[in-house]
Amino acid sequence: MKLVTCIIKPFKLDDVREALSEVGVQGMTVIEVKGFGRQKGHTELYRGAEYVVDFLPKIKIEVAVDDGLLEQVIEAVSKAANTGKVGDGKIFVTTLDEVVRIRTGETGPEAV
Amino acid sequence: MEAVTQLSYSVDTLYFLLCGALVMFMAPGFAMLESGLVRSKNTSEILTKNVALFSIASLMYLICGYSIMYSDGSGWIPGFGTALWMTDHSVEDVLASNGDIYYSGASDFFFQVVFVATAMSIISGAVAERMKLFAFLAFAVVMTGFIYPVQGFWKWGGGALDEAGFLDFAGSGVVHMCGAAAALAGVILLGPRMGKYGKDGVINPIVGANMPLATLGVFILWFGWFGFNGGSELVVSNIEEANAVALIFVNTNTAAAAGLIAALVTAKLMFKKSDLTMALNGALAGLVAITAEPLTPSPAWALLIGAIGGVIVVFSIIALDKVRIDDPVGAISVHGTVGVWGLLAVCITNPDATIGAQIMGIVVIFAWTFVVSLVVWSVIKMMMGIRVSESEEQEGVDIVDIGVAAYPEFTK
Repeated sequence: MKLVTCIIKPFKLDDVREALSEVGVQGMTVIEVKGFGRQKGHTELYRGAEYVVDFLPKIKIEVAVDDGLLEQVIEAVSKAANTGKVGDGKIFVTTLDEVVRIRTGETGPEAV
Repeated sequence: MEAVTQLSYSVDTLYFLLCGALVMFMAPGFAMLESGLVRSKNTSEILTKNVALFSIASLMYLICGYSIMYSDGSGWIPGFGTALWMTDHSVEDVLASNGDIYYSGASDFFFQVVFVATAMSIISGAVAERMKLFAFLAFAVVMTGFIYPVQGFWKWGGGALDEAGFLDFAGSGVVHMCGAAAALAGVILLGPRMGKYGKDGVINPIVGANMPLATLGVFILWFGWFGFNGGSELVVSNIEEANAVALIFVNTNTAAAAGLIAALVTAKLMFKKSDLTMALNGALAGLVAITAEPLTPSPAWALLIGAIGGVIVVFSIIALDKVRIDDPVGAISVHGTVGVWGLLAVCITNPDATIGAQIMGIVVIFAWTFVVSLVVWSVIKMMMGIRVSESEEQEGVDIVDIGVAAYPEFTK
């Protein structure tokens, strides 16, 4: 089992969600985050005083997937979240040691 | 004849009461504007300051302020007394006065009390986000019960400034510049917000939490200002006066609109951004500018006077930041700097105005209010301190002083 963590641009959330449903992903967790990579920030202005905004709003999606689905998930997210412009985001894959469904107590790949 | 007197007395009294109610509505206007321009962690505190200062003003003016301003003083010495047991004119007195008494005494109190509340609320924005609540309320007691009434007496109570020919129709000086002077004294003693100014002249913006509220606040103030200027004509019940009031409404609206556009354009030219908060300050600046004389200008002049106010306020806000006077809402610039402009602009359209008398009024009101306020703030500072501690300021004064978060669902 793998945990796929995706950082994407906020307006891409609907596209990514649809793409994940299409490859068979049945659940995900979404959180609003801030961050930067090579996109860097920009300067803004408030009542004549400049300030630098380093951190840009992003959306973080976490999906737990069975190993067999991993490649399709990566491809689906990569295509759906892509705009071609800097700041599109990243996908991190980590190994899941255990997964538990709270309601029934199922564990392992059935619980994903 | 008696029927006409009865009717015109009622009309003029009603006019005072309705205009007073409009000006009262400026209190939530200020509350919304200020809560929109401070951070969410300091919002409940500024709301508490606003509701409490209005109440303190209402009570202190009743207890002694109104009487200081309007009973039998002369020259530089105001009278004294209380309005707590005020009585009104009898029917016989009114009919016998041949038109001299033309409105209810209580309506006069009501109309005036909302003006002192306006002056006091100017201060709450300037000292926002770092002042102790009760230090502010203690100052409010003295400001509304004494400082404002004394200088108000010198002009509207028939005192020395009035005798010298100083003109101030609805209060660019008596209300707005007075409030700004008290605010300036407080801000100087208080110091800037943590993190506002860095080394080497760096100015860090501290962004307001709620632009819709700030905008709503300004529109409400604009609306209430029709009562502020319109009511200050004091009469409406004949053709000439009705026309005058109508022109005042038109000029007031024109000046506000011109001030807003001027500030918007100025901000765009200076910063390449059409800063909403500057536009909002511009509308208020236009209103303050016309308040000293909204009757004698043509709408064309009102446009110009308001527009110049809108330009001045942008430069004033930037300048105050450069000398490290931290004013989160721009109150000192809107009401003080532009208040001065408004008082001088009277000379443009009112033939009875003289530069000398206007300057005298400006200097006297400013000096009195600033100096006495400085003393009172200093006393309060010595007795209880006026600034919250560093850790309190970091956490937010809502949690510390009020115990009620303004946006509890959105922590931080």
